[in-house]
Amino acid sequence: MNPSMASYLPILYFAIMAAIIPVAGLAAMSLLRPSKPTPTKLAPYECGVASPTEAFDHRFSVRYYLIAVLFVVFDVETIFLFPWAVMYHRLKLFGLVEMLVFLAILVVGYVYAWRRGALSWA
Amino acid sequence: MPFPAGDTLLILPELFLTAAASFVLLWATFVSRPRERGLAFFSIGALAATGLLLFVSARMAGTLPRSAFGGMFAMDRFGLYFKGILLLVGIVTILFSLRFISVSPYPGGEYYGLILFSTVGMLFMASGTHLASIVVALELMALSQYVLAGYFKRETKSLEASAKYFVLGAFSSGVLIYGISLVYGAAGTLSLAGIATAFTTAKPPAFLVIGIIFVGCGMFFKIASAPFHVWAPDVYEGAPTPISAFFAVGPKLAAYAIFARIFFVGFGPRAGDWSAIIAASAALTMVVGNVGALMQTNVKRLLGYSSIGHAGYALLGLLAYGDASGIGLWSILVYLLAYAFMNLGAFGLVILLESKGYAGESVDDFNGLAAKNPWLAAAMLVFLLSLAGIPPTAGFVGKYFLFSAAMKAGWFWLSLLAVLMSAVSLFYYFRIARAMYLVEGEGTLHWREEPAVSAAIALCAAGTLAMGILPGPFVQFARTCLLPFGP
Amino acid sequence: MTAPFFFWFFAAIVVFGAVGVVAMRQPVHSALFLLLSFFGVAALFITLNAEFLAAVQVLVYAGGIMVLFLFTIMLVNIRRTAGQPYVHRQAGAALLVAFFLLAVVGGTIVASSRTSGLADAPADPAKLSTTTISRMMTETVDGKTVKTPVTEQVAGNSQAVAWGLYRDYLLPFEVASVFLLVAMIGAVVLGKRTMEHVD
Repeated sequence: MNPSMASYLPILYFAIMAAIIPVAGLAAMSLLRPSKPTPTKLAPYECGVASPTEAFDHRFSVRYYLIAVLFVVFDVETIFLFPWAVMYHRLKLFGLVEMLVFLAILVVGYVYAWRRGALSWA
Repeated sequence: MPFPAGDTLLILPELFLTAAASFVLLWATFVSRPRERGLAFFSIGALAATGLLLFVSARMAGTLPRSAFGGMFAMDRFGLYFKGILLLVGIVTILFSLRFISVSPYPGGEYYGLILFSTVGMLFMASGTHLASIVVALELMALSQYVLAGYFKRETKSLEASAKYFVLGAFSSGVLIYGISLVYGAAGTLSLAGIATAFTTAKPPAFLVIGIIFVGCGMFFKIASAPFHVWAPDVYEGAPTPISAFFAVGPKLAAYAIFARIFFVGFGPRAGDWSAIIAASAALTMVVGNVGALMQTNVKRLLGYSSIGHAGYALLGLLAYGDASGIGLWSILVYLLAYAFMNLGAFGLVILLESKGYAGESVDDFNGLAAKNPWLAAAMLVFLLSLAGIPPTAGFVGKYFLFSAAMKAGWFWLSLLAVLMSAVSLFYYFRIARAMYLVEGEGTLHWREEPAVSAAIALCAAGTLAMGILPGPFVQFARTCLLPFGP
Repeated sequence: MTAPFFFWFFAAIVVFGAVGVVAMRQPVHSALFLLLSFFGVAALFITLNAEFLAAVQVLVYAGGIMVLFLFTIMLVNIRRTAGQPYVHRQAGAALLVAFFLLAVVGGTIVASSRTSGLADAPADPAKLSTTTISRMMTETVDGKTVKTPVTEQVAGNSQAVAWGLYRDYLLPFEVASVFLLVAMIGAVVLGKRTMEHVD
């Protein structure tokens, strides 16, 4: 194993711990607790508020979807900014100009979405 | 600077068109009631100016071919030939759309903008010499087209066309990119010239063949050849008619440009691996397209199937890769120009004939056209003769050279099948001709007096006839636009 | 060698997640299994020293694409799928074709990379985690401008990606931004109910 991969080991340990703790907790509870279910106990419960007894089944507004798609587009754009930023001082003016061109094209899209009212809820 | 500043000059036409497309898009959102005609004429002007810039930048580039951006982009006569036709296709599409869009409830800014963005993608495709730049350009073209197919979004058919096109197109892109990854694994580079060198100097691993097959499948989808053709009739039927005309010609030409470039330049040394696959697809495509068209009553579907058949004919040219005269390639170039003229013209007539608010989509809508408007009927007859490949039209010239290229390459049975299928195609093209000339109209025939569409149809008819009567200059020109290749 | 262990461990997670996606009846459960699969792929990228791709996998796929999936699930009416049969009529034929494809493609890749020696050649992790930069350095010596070529090693996978992406792949990178612009236009054109002006 090479050294750069070794630096990821803490993340792996963390992931394993994160998986073990809830499983262990649930297992321990099922061993320790008495099991006397009543309909009231089995009802969904959320922070003291009486939860709706039926599953959520009405559809979301399609407007959420437009926002989500625009989010993904800007998400991808951000990904392109990251490697550019870490090499900014070596790419120099050339890198700055090419990123400005890249962003200018996306600003066209942003202005377009804004003018078409895609960013407002109404 | 990793590249010489002069490289930017070579992509000046594409840069200009991108700027013009963005301008059209934003103009429509900033003016409260944009004049749709103004947008359309600006877009036509932008396409024409791009053509002019193409000429200027080719002149300033000096000796062609010239490679730019580290082998991503090439300015050569092969690419310029395609770009010229693609710009013309864009202009004709917009002429077709003028009234179509202004009477529709849908805005024109995005529509014309998307046509221009799609054209930008196609221009980059025609010049791409690296699989990365080719794929990104291909996706730019395709994504614009998925949106255009569904542009009439309150009509179920249009949305259905868009959804089918998108799902199948995205899947085929996945197959294409998977194939490219295998090719990269075998060659260690994505540049077409580099791939060719890698395969001439070393014996590649066997999985390269799978990579080539997958890249071929992606290409077969884009040119709508069997067995990846199923989307074409549905998409042509459902999309707004000017967009169907655009789809039937523009993307197909651009896809043929990259098909020829990838397979001749990149996979040329491995031609033994792919010629049988292309031959099989060509045979299947010619049969499926022409037999499928026999049963259609909707003209847009019929033209969809017929364009599948034509994709099969053009594949014959790819099989003649080995011929030193380059007939394989220039016969495709000649044929695709003829194909652009005759197909755009035929779709133009469908747009002119309106019945019940929809375009004249049924074969019956052509009934008695000759008696009411002999000029339109004559133009349609020219397009039909050309599509069937009867002299003195462009279609005959194109088919003649393609079939003789296949003969020269030793594919006798394929040439025979192609001639046979051309005979089959006479049946369904004749049905439209019969409706125009021999069937009495029932007074339901409508056509719109529309100068823009008529002008575009006249242009296509003139092109079809000119190529048919005087093929010499066209062929001579195409012969100067070959790729540097060789097995 | 610990690397093969991590490969098989994360590959097992990816396959487990992928099977879960198609095996679950509840679309939300499928989406969560997909998330597991995405994280497995990200981990595989890290074992290959492709850290930038791992970050992309988490940010774009597990972050962005997943949101789209969940929205889609909430947009469609789940109830209607409840009574549908679990296995599609064509499942048998589809399975057969899928295994055939796997045998042919997978078999050829495995067999031919063995014979051509590609499998034995170990991937060089240094290639992905460092990049060699050669450039001209401008100095002023004795009042004259002197240009000397210098070479330096820069560590880091993102740096290596940047050096390739923003120099060799400049053209596809800029075309990709036009592609993203068209994606935005498409979302607005098809997703917006009415096109109005903001004044």
